[in-house]
Amino acid sequence: METNRYHRQILFAPIGEAGQEKLIRSHVLIVGAGALGSSSAEALTRAGVGQLTIIDRDYVEESNLQRQQLFSEADMKQKMPKAVAAKQRLSEVNSHVKIDAIVGDAEIDILREIVPETDLIIDATDNFETRLLLNDIAQKYQKPWIYGAVVASYGVTFTVLPDKTPCLQCLQEYIPANGATCDSVGIIQPVVQKVVSQQITEALKLLTGNEAALSGKLISFDLWKNEHTEMEAEALRKPDCPSCSSKRSYPNLAYDSRLKTAVLCGRNTVQLRPQRKQTDLDEVAKELKKNKQIKLFENPYLLSFEVDSFRIVLFQDGRTLVHGTMDSIEAKNIYHRYLG
Amino acid sequence: MKITVNGNGLEIQDEVKHIKGLIDFLELEDKPLIIEHNQQILQKEEHEKAVLENGDKVEIVHFVGGG
Repeated sequence: METNRYHRQILFAPIGEAGQEKLIRSHVLIVGAGALGSSSAEALTRAGVGQLTIIDRDYVEESNLQRQQLFSEADMKQKMPKAVAAKQRLSEVNSHVKIDAIVGDAEIDILREIVPETDLIIDATDNFETRLLLNDIAQKYQKPWIYGAVVASYGVTFTVLPDKTPCLQCLQEYIPANGATCDSVGIIQPVVQKVVSQQITEALKLLTGNEAALSGKLISFDLWKNEHTEMEAEALRKPDCPSCSSKRSYPNLAYDSRLKTAVLCGRNTVQLRPQRKQTDLDEVAKELKKNKQIKLFENPYLLSFEVDSFRIVLFQDGRTLVHGTMDSIEAKNIYHRYLG
Repeated sequence: MKITVNGNGLEIQDEVKHIKGLIDFLELEDKPLIIEHNQQILQKEEHEKAVLENGDKVEIVHFVGGG
């Protein structure tokens, strides 16, 4: 071990040499590389976890730079996938951490491969569909996961421990209906750091064998309104929960193989995920170039083009983002018109 | 009467008699809320029965999705 590098963290008695050794042997999965994911990934990389897997489906845009700390203007200009840009930056920060970047949706097949190999999952997603999937897969493989979410100046976090705490499915009645999570009320950067501070402190406790120090509470705060709340969550456990009780059936792991659409939070964008997986971007580009009206941009990970008031971005895994609409049907029509 | 909501003191009118009244007063009725009244988590159907008294402590949490 490079003792000097982690000296201050090792001096911190609850971690010490033994804790640092445990950290170096840990593998953490971070789902999402937006604001929360960037900050969590940097914190864990600097702390010296052995391996990080980062999954993200998006690419860097200008409006991300205000709060997504791993990304630069160059990443934005090159439309770099966030997972790839994150890996580049993190490798500069700490070359000893093994970082796997996955450009794609956190969907069941990918999670089934990775989750059994990990010690912990950090939630940095922007939607409850993925969180419920993480919840069930974490229960299935008996892994802890740490919920975190932000909007405006408000943040909320909770550590879900298999068999020890209620799970997200137990709290399902409190999950806001579709769309209500995407209030276009903006976000300030410090609330991201505050949620990540909670999440990563919990992560360090778990990974260094300090479970007794875990908060065990549902924590929320509003930095602008000077509010802070901690709640004992045990009373929210559902004895017949379909995800964590003895009658579990993991409802969120049920397959759905249709062309899936998702309206992305406050982005005026629809994502389409077709059945077919790998896409030859060069082939598609060749076809599109026949249409002189189309303005095309390509990098090794995606291609992007504009038609009318829409911008369409196609990834290697076949996923497509249609910017300029929140209407799934309109997005499907555009998709079929240009991408078959 | 004076109560504490999410750690901050709040002066409320006498018309606000129970937790349900407080939710309406704070204009939070549209959100699914987890509410703790004097360290006791309430089910939704208990909101109208949970009478507020001077000095009560109320914690209100709601889930958000952004990341």
